Amino acid sequence: MTAYLKLDHIDKIFTRGAATTEVLKDINLTIEKGQYVSIIGHSGCGKSTLLNIIAGLTTATTGGVLLENREVNSPGPDRAVVFQNHSLLPWLTVYENVRLGVDKVFARTKTRAERDAWVMHNLNLVQMAHARDKRPSEISGGMKQRVGIARALAMEPKVLLLDEPFGALDALTRAHLQDSVMALHQKLGNTILMITHDVDEAVLLSDRIVMMTNGPSARIGEVLEVPLARPRKRLELATNTTYLKCRQRVLEFLYERHRFVEAA
Amino acid sequence: MNMPATKIEVETATPAATAAPVVAMTPKRPPRSEAYARMARETAVRVIPPLVVLALLTLVWELVCRRAGSALPPPSKVFKDTKELIVDPFFDHGGIDKGLFWHLSASLQRVALGYSLSAIAGIALGVLVGQSVWAMRGLDPLFQVLRTIPPLAWLPLSLAAFRDGQPSAIFVIFITSIWPIIINTAVGVRNIPQDYRNVAAVVQLNPLEFFSKIMIPAAAPYIFTGLRIGIGLSWLAIVAAEMLIGGVGIGFFIWDAWNSSHISEIILALFYVGIVGFVLDRLIAGLGKIVTRGTATS
Repeated sequence: MTAYLKLDHIDKIFTRGAATTEVLKDINLTIEKGQYVSIIGHSGCGKSTLLNIIAGLTTATTGGVLLENREVNSPGPDRAVVFQNHSLLPWLTVYENVRLGVDKVFARTKTRAERDAWVMHNLNLVQMAHARDKRPSEISGGMKQRVGIARALAMEPKVLLLDEPFGALDALTRAHLQDSVMALHQKLGNTILMITHDVDEAVLLSDRIVMMTNGPSARIGEVLEVPLARPRKRLELATNTTYLKCRQRVLEFLYERHRFVEAA
Repeated sequence: MNMPATKIEVETATPAATAAPVVAMTPKRPPRSEAYARMARETAVRVIPPLVVLALLTLVWELVCRRAGSALPPPSKVFKDTKELIVDPFFDHGGIDKGLFWHLSASLQRVALGYSLSAIAGIALGVLVGQSVWAMRGLDPLFQVLRTIPPLAWLPLSLAAFRDGQPSAIFVIFITSIWPIIINTAVGVRNIPQDYRNVAAVVQLNPLEFFSKIMIPAAAPYIFTGLRIGIGLSWLAIVAAEMLIGGVGIGFFIWDAWNSSHISEIILALFYVGIVGFVLDRLIAGLGKIVTRGTATS
């Protein structure tokens, strides 16, 4: 097992005035190349903070992130993020939103025509080429998230970070998009780290599920391997015993051993 | 390797299905004549009510000012007195004896110059104050005090500094219209969503690219609010400033008319001042609409 992405003893302490809160405590995790890893936990457990640390948008108080054995501590296109609320720039068209990142990342290595073709290639991957000249306000939530994924993929990231990418979508759109992401992962072999609070989503998509304890001072409580063959089909898995067992394990962790304290 | 490839093929077959309803929407355009009729109706709904109110007010004015010995002339007399000015706004008898077009254009030139300067300086300072906490702490209290100073209070000081009417008037325009531009730009920059900043960070935009590709478009609605307030204020200030500095300009035209007791000319000039101010406001609002299309909501 080779560590591609390594989280090394990460602590995160927020300080506001005299008050300090320890959000994350001693997070250690290694992710192999091409793996799909989900981080699951109750809201407020600091999983988004962890993703921000990996993305370089916030810094860890102690410890660090290693990507291919080199420390990374500032944001960059090698760790492209798909944000929960899509974060497309509303004044740019779908094409221009993807092009923004492509122009920066491939400024020297690709010609104008190649960059244009690359943008369209990525829009085609998420089946959004037909909306290239639309603005984000003119397309649906699911479509926006597809464009968000295309924007991230187009930067050819070493690790793709998904921050609850399907959280704001309705159940049908979510299932459709999950299938698309699975197909993309299968095709491109990206290393993907996804934050989620949806148990089915985690089991369906992941090779490994990282379960986090409740905050403050959230730790990694348990890491579960999901030994299901790919490609996975949602309908067949519904009765698959391995799938059900994995699902049971995660549910037990979240609702029995680490019940959300504030939940009524 | 074959298996996943076929899966993708199946996936790509779907866009036809998702695209279909979008395509089906377009042919449903109403016939052209119908569209024109609707446009005419909409225009009528907007134009007729203010015209009716205007006619009623003119009637009341006529009735009130008609009787002998009234201090202000009725509209019929205003029209009779100023017919020459209305018919020929382009005459030029030298000195300040010019048509209203020349007075208005002289005022507009001063506004254009002063306002352009304040737009550039205001947006630059606004970006600085919005972006840097220390600039805000240092400058904001200063701005809050300075912006309450009435435009004309600056005039004597600027006359002392520039020793000439023309640059003083332009300076008054500048100093009057800059505050709302600074303050609104700063608010706009401060309100740029963290999401957009994150996107810029991940893509690794440099500060210059961040300024042009994220900051200006994201803050544009706020900036244009400031610009719109600014153009209104500068038009307010120019009339007052010109009354004092003299020369060609709509402000001094009004003052001159008052000194020669041509009340009708004052009323006509006020009418023009109002129309020009309205047009300026609409111009900036329209420009803002074009520039910020799509920015308002996502």
